[in-house]
This record gives sequence, C-alpha cells and structure tokens, in this order.
Amino acid sequence: MTAAAVPIPDHLRRASGRERRAVVDRSMRIVTLACTVIAIIPLVALLAFVTINGVAALNVDLITKPPRALGIGGGAVTAITGSIQMVALATLIAVPVGLSAGVYVSELAGHRTAGVIRFAADVLVGIPSILVGVFVFTFLVLPFKQYNAFAGSVALAVIMVPVIMRTTEEILKLVPGDLREASLALGIRRWRTVLSVAVRVGWPGILTGIMLAVARAAGETAPLIMTALGSRLLNIGDFGRPMDALPLFIYQNARQPYPALNEQAWGAAFLLLLAVLVINILVRARSLRGTSR
Amino acid sequence: MTVLLDPRRLQSRRLSRLPDRAFVGGTGAVGAGIVALLVLILVLLATNSALTWQTFGLSFVTGTVWDPVAAVYGALPFIAGTIFSSAIAIVIAAPIGLLTAIFLAEYASRRIAVPLTFIIELLAAIPSVVIGLWGVFVLGPFLKVTVESFMVDAFGWIPIFRGPAFGIGLFAAGVILAIMILPTIVTISREILVAVPPAQREAMYGLGATRWEVISHVVVPIARSGIIGAIILGLGRALGETLAVTMVIGNGQDIPRSLFDQAQTLSSKIATSFNESEVGLQTSSLIALGLILLVITIVINVVARVFVGHATAAEAGLR
Repeated sequence: MTAAAVPIPDHLRRASGRERRAVVDRSMRIVTLACTVIAIIPLVALLAFVTINGVAALNVDLITKPPRALGIGGGAVTAITGSIQMVALATLIAVPVGLSAGVYVSELAGHRTAGVIRFAADVLVGIPSILVGVFVFTFLVLPFKQYNAFAGSVALAVIMVPVIMRTTEEILKLVPGDLREASLALGIRRWRTVLSVAVRVGWPGILTGIMLAVARAAGETAPLIMTALGSRLLNIGDFGRPMDALPLFIYQNARQPYPALNEQAWGAAFLLLLAVLVINILVRARSLRGTSR
Repeated sequence: MTVLLDPRRLQSRRLSRLPDRAFVGGTGAVGAGIVALLVLILVLLATNSALTWQTFGLSFVTGTVWDPVAAVYGALPFIAGTIFSSAIAIVIAAPIGLLTAIFLAEYASRRIAVPLTFIIELLAAIPSVVIGLWGVFVLGPFLKVTVESFMVDAFGWIPIFRGPAFGIGLFAAGVILAIMILPTIVTISREILVAVPPAQREAMYGLGATRWEVISHVVVPIARSGIIGAIILGLGRALGETLAVTMVIGNGQDIPRSLFDQAQTLSSKIATSFNESEVGLQTSSLIALGLILLVITIVINVVARVFVGHATAAEAGLR
C-alpha cells in the first residue's frame, strides 16, 4: 500500500519518467475497458433485436398451428413439439451413459484408464456438431433410406454425453473422501457407496451439468439437418419419420425470400433463446451461489 | 486430500463381490464406449468417404472444382474458406479477447468482474442459428454500410479489399465467428491470468512498478502458454462452427480472392449440400470434406489442450 515509500531502482527511474508510466498505466486501463465494452456490445445488440423482432412476431398461431404446406402463414407448433420430443429422448439416452462414464472415470478407473477416457471425451466435445450429424447419418439414416427423428435424438445424445460425463466427474471430485471412507467402513458395498453417498451428495451439481447439456442440445441445428431433416407435418411420437425442431424451423424460414416467414423465424428464435437463456441463468446463478458459500 | 485407506482394498470378504464387480464392469464398459465412440466416428467417416479417396486420391484435397454434373470434386475452395474465415475471426477476437480478460482479471473490481464474466459466458450459450439469424438481418447490413463500404472506398485498389461488399461473405462470416469465439478466449484467458501466483505480482509492485508494468512484464509472460492455448481453442471452435457461418457467408464455389467475396467453409458446404446430394460419389465427397474437418479440429484441439495443460502445470509448480 505504501508503494511510494519503497525506493525505486535506478534503472526503472531512468528508463521512464514516473508520470509517463502512470499515463501509460491509465490509458491501458481505458483500452482494456473499451475492449470489454466491445466484447459485450454484440450480446446486447443480439438480445435487443431478437426481443424486439421476436415479440412483434409472437401470436397464438405461432405456438398452436403447424406451418402451411404451401405459402405463408401457420405457425411453429411442429417445431416446438419436435424439439421437446427429440431433446427428451436424447436426454433419456445421454444421462445414463454420461453419468455412468463420469462415475467410472472419477470413482472406479485407474489413473491411466481415466486419462484415456477423459481425453476421448475432451476430443468429442471439440468435434464440430455437424460431423456428429454426418456420423449418425451413416448408420441410422443411410441403411434405412429414411430421415428419422430417432437419428436426430441419437445425434443430440452424442453431443450431450461428453458434457454430462465431464461435469459429473468434476463434481464427484469435490465430494469429500471422508464420506466414502465412512460409508465403506460401515461395511457398505462400493456400488452402494458410490451411488448413495458420492452421487447423492454431488447430485445438485450433476443436475446442473445435465441442464446445461439439455440447453445446448435444444439449440443445435447442424446435426439435425442430415438426421431429423425437419418437417412441415405435425409429428407426435413417430420417431421413424422426419420431425421438425425449432432451430431447423429458424434456419429454413430465415432463408426464405418472404418477410412473413422471416418474421416467424424471429418469433421462433425468441422462444428458443428464452428457453436456453432461462435454463442457463437459473442453473449458473445457483451454482455461483453454491461456490461462494 | 489425504486418503488414509484405499477404498479399493476395503471390500469385506464375507460379502459377495458380484454386485461390485458388475457395477465396475458395467460403468467401465460405458467408459470404454466413450473411447469407442470417438474411434467409430473416425472409422465411419473414413469408410463412407472411401469412394472419393479411391476416385481422386489426395488430389481431392488440392482440387479446385466442385462440379456434381461433371462428377468432379475438389475440396480446396472450402478448405480455403474455412482457413480464411477463421483467420479473420482470430485477428479480431484474439486481441480484444485478451485485453478483455486482462481487464476482468486485473483492473476490474470483483463486484464488476463477476457479473461481466457471467454475461460473456452467456454469449457462448446462445444457439448458433439465432446468431446466424441476427447476422443475416442485422449485422450483415450494418457491416455493409459501415466497415465494408469504408474499406472498399479506402483500400479497394488492393485486390483483397476489392468490392462490391454485400454484407454477406467472407468478412461477415469472420466477424460472426469472432463474436462466437470471444467467450472461449476471454473465459479461459481470465482463469489463467487469475491463477498467476500473487507473490510474482507483489514482488514487482514492491519494485514500484505500475499495474500495467506488472501485467505486461510478469502476469502475461507467465500466463503466455495458457493464453495461446485459449486462442487455439477458440480457433478450433471457429473452424467447426456451422450454422451461423452458413447463413452469412453466401454461396461461393471458388477460392475467395477478396475479403468481401462469397465463399463456403467445409462445414457450411456440408450443411447446404448434404440433403440435395445423390448417394454415391457426391455424398461420399461431402463426407470426405467432413473427414478433413474432423482431422483438422482434432489436431487443433489436442495442441490447444497441451498448451493449456502446460500452463496449469507450470502454475502448480510455481505455487
């Protein structure tokens, strides 16, 4: 705090005048602040435009009617129901897989095995999502010559699994070892210790990871293009046929030359963004509180 | 954390080991499945593009023509589009991202830094297609009348700045990518800067250095390899990003010659052409584009993790 009292070495004093150095310091503070503002402007602009254009496009038709087969009008109910169904099935597939892998890597695997699996999961997270779509296409669409919603769900699940696995692992690392030892000392078996003690204690955090993975899957478009394809027909429960999803609906309507369809894209984008941001804010705000405690 | 007793040796002999073995075996199989999944993605992309590799060999990578009618396929225009758009993104996002991370880690008080970091992380959660929609209808037209028309007027005589600018094309794609990779660069760099040991800074403050001198002479050099890793991770994200780029890059089939040309990246070419392609050589060639992209992103991600890993290891050693 009493920096002024500390003698400044001669070479620093000579190298630059004190005032000049102070000016450099102050201007760099301003430059970095300016960069922070620049980094935030796009987010603010995006939220503002999606909200303004999206709210203007909201109406009852958008959430209750399917799109017109030809021409303009109708709504996005096919896309909304499709997204819910495909993300739900993807979650059903991804949660047990991601959870098991996370538990194995954190609690049961040897050091080297854990390293290999962790590395594979990190690489999977970095794979462009469209390639996951191409991958699933080769074995769930190509052999059957039929785009289908099941392939879409599998593609979303492949994207969710490494995310769930890594958060599960990180959270289980935070569970104190004493708890496990206490449980084992009581003669409780290992599988029971892992599930009823470690996973139970870490569950809120694991749930956070699952919710973030759901939010990510809900916004994915690219892997659905060559799997679920999208559809203008209402599809409830038939996973063997094409199904629409909100991101696909936005993508396809944004490319149309008709302003009325572009407006629907804004409306759907508003709904999608609202869902994704609400999940993210709720979940992250909770985990922020959790860490400060 | 000291583990006095290794839990693995604590099983009671009187209890049957069967349930535990089944548990370890079951979860272990799923764990092995994660590794198998990665291998399977590589194998299926390779086998399903085999036709293309057999037909064109490595000249597929250097071929500049993509013509389904003549059944000639070359990947170079899309490789070029991918590299150029990502390069634009890095040139914009790396300096802004690093300086933002410095502000958040060094200058801002905790009360400001925590919410700002939260907001920037939120940007990463926005679906690509929503950013693309905003890019097409808001950012593109804005760039066209501001930055792009200015650059064309001022530097249009240089070939790479040749107009006309449409607000759709390579430059717009680069800007969109820059926005999308900023959160990656900012959040990882910030974490690495924060992790630089306080003793290093205090020693420098003790010599009477200003805050900027501490940052530029001590903090950033120590964090350097982690920052490079953060930028490469951002690059990895830019290379593979699909939807937002697809929507703003236009539909150019040639190697772009100007910043404002329309182009295609590897991923946007797959996204726009996949459903219309015939099963056979055309689909195989699109999957071959995917294989090229897969190899590039895996290499980039592994390199980035080596850098970030070194950084954290170095800090652990310093502490």
